[in-house]
Amino acid sequence: MPAACPPSAATVGVSCRGVTKDFGAGDTRTRVLHGIDLDIGCGALTLLVGPSGCGKTTLISIIAGLLDPSAGEVTLFGTPRSALAGDRLVDYRARNVGFVFQQYNLLPALTAAENVAVPLLVNRVPRREALVRARDVLAAVGLEAKCDAHPAQLSGGQQQRVAIARALVHEPRLLVCDEPTAALDSRSGHTVMELLKAVAVEPGRTVIVVTHDARVLELGDRIVEMADGRIVGGGTVAMLPGEMRA
Amino acid sequence: MNWVAWRMLNGDLAKYLGAVFGVAFGVLLVTQQASIFVGIMSRTANPLRDVREASIWVADPHLQNADEIEPMADNAVYRVRGVEGVDWAVRLYKGLARARRPDGMFRQVILIGLDDQSLVGAPRTILLGDLADLRRPDAVFLDKAGHQSLWPGEPLAVGREIEMNDRRAVVVGICETSAPFQSFPVVIATYSQATQLVARERKQLSFVVGAPVAGLTPPEACARIAAETGLDAMTYDQFMWRTIDYYLVNTGIPVNFGITIALGFVVGAAIAGQTFYLFTLENLRHFGALKAMGVNNRRLVGMVLLQAAVIGAVGYSLGCGMSVAFFEVTDRLLPDLRGIHLPWEIALAAAALVVVIIGLASAASLRRVLVLEPAVVFR
Repeated sequence: MPAACPPSAATVGVSCRGVTKDFGAGDTRTRVLHGIDLDIGCGALTLLVGPSGCGKTTLISIIAGLLDPSAGEVTLFGTPRSALAGDRLVDYRARNVGFVFQQYNLLPALTAAENVAVPLLVNRVPRREALVRARDVLAAVGLEAKCDAHPAQLSGGQQQRVAIARALVHEPRLLVCDEPTAALDSRSGHTVMELLKAVAVEPGRTVIVVTHDARVLELGDRIVEMADGRIVGGGTVAMLPGEMRA
Repeated sequence: MNWVAWRMLNGDLAKYLGAVFGVAFGVLLVTQQASIFVGIMSRTANPLRDVREASIWVADPHLQNADEIEPMADNAVYRVRGVEGVDWAVRLYKGLARARRPDGMFRQVILIGLDDQSLVGAPRTILLGDLADLRRPDAVFLDKAGHQSLWPGEPLAVGREIEMNDRRAVVVGICETSAPFQSFPVVIATYSQATQLVARERKQLSFVVGAPVAGLTPPEACARIAAETGLDAMTYDQFMWRTIDYYLVNTGIPVNFGITIALGFVVGAAIAGQTFYLFTLENLRHFGALKAMGVNNRRLVGMVLLQAAVIGAVGYSLGCGMSVAFFEVTDRLLPDLRGIHLPWEIALAAAALVVVIIGLASAASLRRVLVLEPAVVFR
């Protein structure tokens, strides 16, 4: 198996070189990532797959700037991650990274449109303008009729679509999705992934989806397989071992 | 993001109102009890406050407060008048007596005897009657609360008779007085009349009250009077604080009110703090998501503090409002609590307490938010 996987698109958005992550210290230190080398291109849907505990979430946390690597370097669209620290990293995340979480993480007190507007508010866009843009993006994900609904009034699939709209409203260059279909039934999961592919994948954007869900593998442009903190395989779904496709 | 913080807060109405209730309850208890305490302490000096003309009070050297009086010989007034720098000085009687209605019902009363000629210390608010009638034989004035106490449920009226020290007294006027500490009716008469309405003692003069000549301050005049007469001469402020200090030191009132006020603070802080902390805990993953989305710690601190400040402001307003409403109602309905109100100093102190409560409540919440790893959103 190759240690590094080539990007599936011409432009490299995210580049990892020797990324290592340790948790704990001394005798309790555990290494969860072992010198990851990985390039992820723009304009494609990259799926990060592997068994639980293999380090997928840790890797995307480092790529998204939520965790610091213990060693190695991550380059985001030409900017070394190590050059971003403190508030610069937070600002970079606010402008350039979108998140889709497994449990949606929508604020229950806000309507769908208000939830979608949050990343714009984080970027200090005036509230009125943010809400207008949020409604446009909600329309793009097919939820224009649910703009004023609260999360509790939406189905799981609809909530995840709101979460996708929220992740895209500020037009980030990097979209990180953690198990976006895990809490959904098969049909809703497929719908969400199709939507993600349709509205999120753009030439200048890198989209990384962590998933366990074999049902959505066929929608990935590229698959990166991890095990025990290492990248153990990659390619398209057709190149995956039969048991994984199953 | 302040708008998001505000929406998060009022989106969880149960916890929002719970925390507001905690602050409001604490503020109500603290302001209400502290105001009653200050009102009661202030009442100990009310007999002095009603004699507004006098800036000098002269009494027996062993006097401890305005209620425990060692009488002086009647000629003390002449000795005070003889001190250079005293503009005027008159006698004032203050003591306890018993007033009995013709049907036998009686009340202990506070008897005030005013200088016959000048009527220094006469009530300012006359509800019925004419102050000049006080010079008529057997005439007394009665305060409104005293009238309600002696003739409950009956309209205010002059001409009623009471018996004091086996002597007939006729109520010729009804007036307002500052509420006394002991909640007894206040009977006002001329000095010569008052000394007839109590059991005769060899010495009966309670106080000599007066004022210095222009150009001499009351403390300077007091020093001269004390030096020349051997009597205890005090300014109004000195006498007021001596009386208040006496009650503060020699009664359990401050301790009892202090315990209640402390309990109000502790319970209010506990309810508000716990509820607000729970609110933050329940929203921790949302704060984590906001952190991941690029909200820095400063803005998160601002959000938490805004939520805490809203709880504090609403709770404080409700607590103070209820306290003011309480005193408005009791002032009209309960004569024993008349004149007690919420002083602005206590309202200000309560605001400071709310800042402490909110500070404590938000400190624990802020700690959880600040140490929160944004990567927690992926767990």
